[in-house]
Amino acid sequence: MSNATATEPHTAQAAAGRFGAYGGRYVPETLMAALEELERAYAEAQADPAFTSELDYLLRNYAGRPTPLFHAARLTEHLGGAKIYLKREDLLHTGAHKINNCIGQGLLARRMGKRRIIAETGAGQHGVATATVCALFGMECVVYMGEEDMRRQELNVYRMRLLGAEVRGVRSGSATLKDAINEAMRDWVTNVRTTHYMLGSVLGAHPYPTMVRDFHRVIGNEARQQILEMEGRLPTAIIACVGGGSNAIGAFFAFIPDAGVRLIGVEAGGRGTSLGEHAARFQGGSPGVLQGTYSYVLQDDAGQVSLTHSVSAGLDYASIGPEHAALHDSGRAEYVSANDAEALNATVTLARMEGILPALESAHAVAEAMRIAPTLQRSDLLIINLSGRGDKDMGILSRELKLQGA
Amino acid sequence: MPIQFRHKPGLVVYLTIGDPDLATSKQIALAAIDAGADVLELGVPFSDPLADGPVIQRASERALAHGTRLTDVLTLARELHAERPQAGLVIFSYLNPVLRLGLENFCAQAQQAGVDGVLLTDMIVEEADEYRAAMRRHKLQPIFLAAPTSPDTRLEKIAASSEGFVYAISRTGITGTQQQMTNDAGQLTERLRRYTQLPIAVGFGVSSAEHVAAVGQFADAAVIGSAIVAIIEKSAPAQAPTAVAEFLASLRLQPAAV
Repeated sequence: MSNATATEPHTAQAAAGRFGAYGGRYVPETLMAALEELERAYAEAQADPAFTSELDYLLRNYAGRPTPLFHAARLTEHLGGAKIYLKREDLLHTGAHKINNCIGQGLLARRMGKRRIIAETGAGQHGVATATVCALFGMECVVYMGEEDMRRQELNVYRMRLLGAEVRGVRSGSATLKDAINEAMRDWVTNVRTTHYMLGSVLGAHPYPTMVRDFHRVIGNEARQQILEMEGRLPTAIIACVGGGSNAIGAFFAFIPDAGVRLIGVEAGGRGTSLGEHAARFQGGSPGVLQGTYSYVLQDDAGQVSLTHSVSAGLDYASIGPEHAALHDSGRAEYVSANDAEALNATVTLARMEGILPALESAHAVAEAMRIAPTLQRSDLLIINLSGRGDKDMGILSRELKLQGA
Repeated sequence: MPIQFRHKPGLVVYLTIGDPDLATSKQIALAAIDAGADVLELGVPFSDPLADGPVIQRASERALAHGTRLTDVLTLARELHAERPQAGLVIFSYLNPVLRLGLENFCAQAQQAGVDGVLLTDMIVEEADEYRAAMRRHKLQPIFLAAPTSPDTRLEKIAASSEGFVYAISRTGITGTQQQMTNDAGQLTERLRRYTQLPIAVGFGVSSAEHVAAVGQFADAAVIGSAIVAIIEKSAPAQAPTAVAEFLASLRLQPAAV
């Protein structure tokens, strides 16, 4: 895996921070100097072999890259159609793909001389990865988290505190990811001279959607090489859950030029199809600006952003990364949704078929694979990006699932 | 009528429209103009006010709780323009409600209502070409924010893109009150003067007669927002217009030399 872990220079298309009509920079002026500084620092770092080799070293020896591509034989047999592979991002240090981006941004913050890190978190996976990297680099860490999310992901709250981070609860709005981002932005506007905002998804103002994607491209780079080595051909489809969309774009990006490979993003269908009951931006949303970027947004007819619901905190967000909006409009990627019940069912199925407990977020991708695998041929290959593991979800699973014998 | 400051320094008053309700907002706006406000910023409540502190966040939540819309703010502007044509009227909004109404449609309605200018919190000069073109077609003045963190290259663009006045943010941070004016505000105003003849209004944290007098030493106008919104929050709706007028009287505004 010679080049599996290093990031590559980003493409000209992203230079202006636009993906088709989407993306851009819609922020208070106070943040513009910091965004320009970050953009410069990122460009310089990419051209610096010392940066790329340290990133590569940490991804291998700290995070645990490359992650395996695993043939899920019993699940394949059970579904009776396409051959299913799992890209095991759940095996990474801290339990999800989020660490890829945090190591990259941590190195950038160090280059910029910023010793105070702030972040938002939904499911807590990005918060844990941020707290972890701050411990590794000896940086001050403040994580904003909606109080509703703190309640449903309490293990991760404890974990962040154990790692030395300060977790600040956010009560406004629906007390979930969107509100945590608002509060992190307010902190950043106030402390911008000393603080780096370690944004955890392909959201926000340029350069974040491009930079965060680049730090996750390693997922698809590895998976593409692995499937070619194991099967000698490309997959029929690669499937990933989409909240902000960082694991999905990381998995998709290497396959975008492979026109024969279907790219399938799975949004949270929640508990219903009315506004407020789900987080399926491509089914109920329309273009708008939220938190720095122009993309699809769940909103009412006056431009007020809607509340969302998903059993998985990491998918419970009213907008989606702007590159996904462009991939949606161009038709290069397909976006579907799985609801809460389907995700819970997929969690149990994968646990019992393969002995692998997926995060509730990743279980949405498993659910879509379970839906389409039986409709495909045995010669078809599916890759599920298993973006995180489900240990953090024990509390909510024990409340939501009525297991036999329990 | 173009924006004019009749006091030295001039006074810009921000109100979150719809807090506590539309009818009271109108009475407060009229009282503020009669108490000396040269310009009113008519704040459009938004679900995700990420540049605002707790006072304006709470006001936005109250205004949204009974469904205040951008079109309601435009209707109020039309009424204020009819009753107090001397006052400058600026629509103060996050971008998304404006996009949802449609840039062209919004500008047309604002022009018809007698609005003078527009300030969009999350619109930076680099993204503003289409916005400025629509504003120009409808004879509206775009006002951009300048921050203490903005390098001179940005201040030059901000000054060149603004009309009516330039809004200088007194410090890094969100809206809200503070104890004293920082040096940031004076330095920023001085840097901006190199690039523009426009009046410069200083806002964020301006909340007392002392602050207004301090701002008057170096800038053309002071913007008061959270301090007034906090008074409205504490007052019974029927008393809010009087309470705001009394507060503005306590600022001891001086007429500008003619």
